[in-house]
Amino acid sequence: MNALRRNVLKGASGAGAVAVAVAAGLVTPTRVLAVSPRDAFDAKNMADAMKGMGVSSPADSKDITIKAPDIAENGAVVPVEVTSNIAGTTGIAIIAEKNATPLVADFDFSGGAQGYISTRIKMGSTSLVRAVVTAGGKSYTATKEVKVTIGGCGG
Amino acid sequence: MADPMKIRATMQGDVADVKVLMNHPMETGLRKDSKTGQKVPAHFITTVTAKINGNTVLEGGMSGGVSKNPYLGFKVKGAKSGDKVELSWEDNKGDKRTDTATIS
Repeated sequence: MNALRRNVLKGASGAGAVAVAVAAGLVTPTRVLAVSPRDAFDAKNMADAMKGMGVSSPADSKDITIKAPDIAENGAVVPVEVTSNIAGTTGIAIIAEKNATPLVADFDFSGGAQGYISTRIKMGSTSLVRAVVTAGGKSYTATKEVKVTIGGCGG
Repeated sequence: MADPMKIRATMQGDVADVKVLMNHPMETGLRKDSKTGQKVPAHFITTVTAKINGNTVLEGGMSGGVSKNPYLGFKVKGAKSGDKVELSWEDNKGDKRTDTATIS
């Protein structure tokens, strides 16, 4: 299924005119929009994923905390908790750098939601887990290495 | 129709702590069935939305990189006990599920 079709389907199912506008090339996808376009999730490497998200060279930040195990015995279930103490955080994305599709999840906050997300991800191999935080239209990032003993992406 | 989500929402000070457990296989499309050697088709949640009293507080996109039966935890300031939390997801096959809970 190609990207255009995906976007059109997404638009048709009521996810919004934005996706359609992006597909039609009327709007360039940026982080100003809500959740990242599907292309970013389908990207096969981190550079493409970041590009799909509309993020370029995010600044390293010490105000982002990633809570994940140092060693994950089971790569199929790696608990990851990201807390952003950056004022005005509106989005947190989680990227497992060496996964087949690195962008794992992307969350946008509004209406009082705090810069915090907790979830569980799959990791194919030992790699850095990267959090990309959007706050006030800018991107910030932080990483944490997770060693994986048994990969969780099958194969 | 997929199985219901488990939602637990509690107030911790002035912040609502919401924990959600979704029932979903979250197949990446890369895994091979050990018996047939065929790839298991991709089947994963693509979008998640959370609302409190009808107002969207969280919008999320996911890839197959989220673990099976996804867990999601988030915090919302300004919510109060008795407020209604509504969670919905949609997957790549067009399946949908919406569940609600009350903040206690």
